[in-house]
Amino acid sequence: MSNVWEYFRDHQDDVLSWTWTTVWLAAVPLVVGLLLALPLGWLANRHRWSYPPLVTAAGLLYTVPSLVLFLVLPGILGTKILDTLNVAVALTVYTFALLVRTVADGLNSVEQQTLAAADAMGYTSRQRFFGVQLPLAVPVIGAGLRVAAVSNVSLISVASIIGVPQLGSLFIIGNTNSQLTPILLGLILIVALALVFDVVILGGIRLLTPWRRA
Amino acid sequence: MSLLPTDNDLPGLGRATIWLNDPQNWWGESGLLARIREHLLYTLIAVALAALIAVPLGLLVGHTGRGAGLVGAIAGGIRAVPSLGLVVLLVVWISPHIHTIDEIPGLIRRGGLPYLVPVLIVLVALAIPPLLTSTYAGVQAVDPVVRDAAKGMGMTGAQVVRKVEIPIALPLMLSGLRSATLQVLATATVAAFVPFLGGLGRFIKDGTGRLFDLQYGYPAMVGAGIVVAVLAVVVDGLLYLVQRLAVSPGLRPQGRKK
Repeated sequence: MSNVWEYFRDHQDDVLSWTWTTVWLAAVPLVVGLLLALPLGWLANRHRWSYPPLVTAAGLLYTVPSLVLFLVLPGILGTKILDTLNVAVALTVYTFALLVRTVADGLNSVEQQTLAAADAMGYTSRQRFFGVQLPLAVPVIGAGLRVAAVSNVSLISVASIIGVPQLGSLFIIGNTNSQLTPILLGLILIVALALVFDVVILGGIRLLTPWRRA
Repeated sequence: MSLLPTDNDLPGLGRATIWLNDPQNWWGESGLLARIREHLLYTLIAVALAALIAVPLGLLVGHTGRGAGLVGAIAGGIRAVPSLGLVVLLVVWISPHIHTIDEIPGLIRRGGLPYLVPVLIVLVALAIPPLLTSTYAGVQAVDPVVRDAAKGMGMTGAQVVRKVEIPIALPLMLSGLRSATLQVLATATVAAFVPFLGGLGRFIKDGTGRLFDLQYGYPAMVGAGIVVAVLAVVVDGLLYLVQRLAVSPGLRPQGRKK
């Protein structure tokens, strides 16, 4: 363990900059993916005929292996193969694919009676959605977000196969030099980051659902 | 640091189509067909081993209701560990301690076993969480009334599991199998990261050093990537059919009143 700490200190600049890259690459797609999934999840819930095709299409997107997406995106977006944008877009696609279904199911989990009560109180449909239905769906959507965050963090390291510098680069260094220390450091940092994301999202869910604490 | 040359002008995606259309790239010892076979073989072995561990464990936890929290924690924890890192860690750590260099005909060349073991461990670890949680959740969801009725009819614990809980949990268990298989199939590309092993990741790993090569570079990487994706969709479709056929008619949604 002391080796890991020493290695960290000796390579502090690289490791910290890789950590930041990893944080950004996990966080931005999570937010963008959620923002994209909300309207489509709403659609899939509001108009039930659109649920099967939307959820099936999202499921198919999710079956595309991450490495494949990292490779194909430069050809589609015209980016360089090492551009971090490829990784960001790929993870956005995954987050989106995972959350469309979760958002639809979360919105669907809200009791009809609750929605009827909101109607009776004179809520417009927009007020009802943002004031009642969406907040009540937060626990389900939040659970999906936690899964997406944790898998995003660990998927990012796959990008080191093609050479995008982030925490996964420590694995390549360890593999090339047959050194255990950088690999361990990479694993520890990535798992710790996943944990941090998880805790932050859990905290967000708690903040947004004060009634569940009672 | 980067494995790649700087690229401003990658061969276009159309090149990948040309590459895939060349029969030369399909046949032979390191052609696509041979790599597909290896890829599917790694996937099959890993999922089978994972099922041997996860299904009995999931049934036990679901049946007794004990250890549910532990199952959740293990499944969540494994998900956070990056597969590539784990493969590399095990290769550097345990491969030097495996001294058998025997070959397994059709699976691994002489000398490759020390590298096959770490890859399989990682793929098995990847497949366990979805199998374990879906088996557990499936058994857990069995209506207690149904379970009591089975006991009231004089069934033993083992009979309840075999004749009641497994059939009812089967749809969920099979969707766990589907997501486990998909994940392993997509991740089996990391096998190419270690010596002696193949699979479709070989084209991707070996292409990184010579991107502009029209035969072995970016076109081959994308071509192999597309094959992985198609394989994933086909295998998932087949498992979907199995899932539909294996589900007891009484449990199909259309046979039930809402």
